[in-house]
Amino acid sequence: MQRSKNDLWVGLLVLIGAVALLFLALQSANLLSLNMQSTYKVTARFDNIGGLKRQAAVKSAGVVVGRVDAISFDDKTFQATVIMALEKRYAFPKDSSLKILTSGLLGEQYIGIEAGAGDANLADGDRVQQTQSAMVLESLLSQFLYNKAADTPATNKP
Amino acid sequence: MKWVSDLGFKTRQQLADLGHAARLFVRLLWLMGPTLRRFGLVRDQMHFLGNYSLAIISVSGLFVGFVLGLQGYYTLQRYGSSSALGLLVALSLVRELGPVVTALLFAGRAGTSLTAEIGLMKAGEQLSAMDLMAVDPLRRILAPRFLAGVLTMPILAAVFSAVGIVGGWVVGVVMIGVDPGSFWGQMQGGVDVWKDVGNGVVKSLVFGVTVTFVALLQGYEAQPTPEGVSRATTRTVVVASLAVLGLDFLLTALMFSI
Repeated sequence: MQRSKNDLWVGLLVLIGAVALLFLALQSANLLSLNMQSTYKVTARFDNIGGLKRQAAVKSAGVVVGRVDAISFDDKTFQATVIMALEKRYAFPKDSSLKILTSGLLGEQYIGIEAGAGDANLADGDRVQQTQSAMVLESLLSQFLYNKAADTPATNKP
Repeated sequence: MKWVSDLGFKTRQQLADLGHAARLFVRLLWLMGPTLRRFGLVRDQMHFLGNYSLAIISVSGLFVGFVLGLQGYYTLQRYGSSSALGLLVALSLVRELGPVVTALLFAGRAGTSLTAEIGLMKAGEQLSAMDLMAVDPLRRILAPRFLAGVLTMPILAAVFSAVGIVGGWVVGVVMIGVDPGSFWGQMQGGVDVWKDVGNGVVKSLVFGVTVTFVALLQGYEAQPTPEGVSRATTRTVVVASLAVLGLDFLLTALMFSI
């Protein structure tokens, strides 16, 4: 078969299609790492992370200061290990505490950092000791109902 | 009694048309293998159908993405879940809008030119001349165009969806300021490679077969007059668009029903 100059253009078309498909398949997974500033990693253990997902925001005073990098389960302590990538330009004291919070009533969950008072700052690979688990609606509800049930006989008494 | 015989004639005509279409379709499918061996012809048609459609497809994709970003944000922010914008944009594009809008544009941009070309060839008796020279016009003219259309559609649909997602990102993240992490994160969490992207590709393949076949059939069966060719071109757009929309409903019901 003889070559023609259309070969180049059709090849290009197929290539563009392949790139588009690849983009769709990967959903541009690495687009974030391109525009991410240099970060340092901090780990923390939570009793319950609720609906926290990878790439969820880490916020301090409402400002995004990092992202959740990885979530795994530790079967020694039966806790969730969360690795966060915090931006280098923000430093936090070593005794800062972490909370899993929800944006809005139905919004997605994020980690909030409350700065501590210590002198030393968190460095790459450090572990944050003070954590507070996510609020799980079911346990909150059952706790509420349990308390309510415990209260009722007392209030019903004349 | 006249209207009864009229009815019979109409029915017979419809059935004959259907038979012609089915025979042409089967022959085109049958010729796909032999045509692959003469890929030069297919390549030139892919260049004509694909490369020249790329501009309109990507520009439309970009603007559909823009609108999805704006409109999706407007609806989602009422429920405080604008972080799901990426998921909304990606799912609507990959599953529905990408294949369907691309097929509609493809019918308008490429299908009409196929119909007009073949209709004019028929009107100028070029097809009969080929037949006289013992060159099968189906094998030489129609089959390469059919294969090229079928191969090109999925590429264009993928480009449309990808560009549309970028458009949604431009409006959602760059302009409105949705959090990029939740935009991409929710998208990656919610879009399945096989169930969503794969089925979108299958859809665009089916639409490629539909649109290209309708265009070729209308050209091949056109009245060999200027008027006939213009009618056939119009019919291509109408029939192909309706077929695509109807098939889309069927395919969606088959693929994504619970």
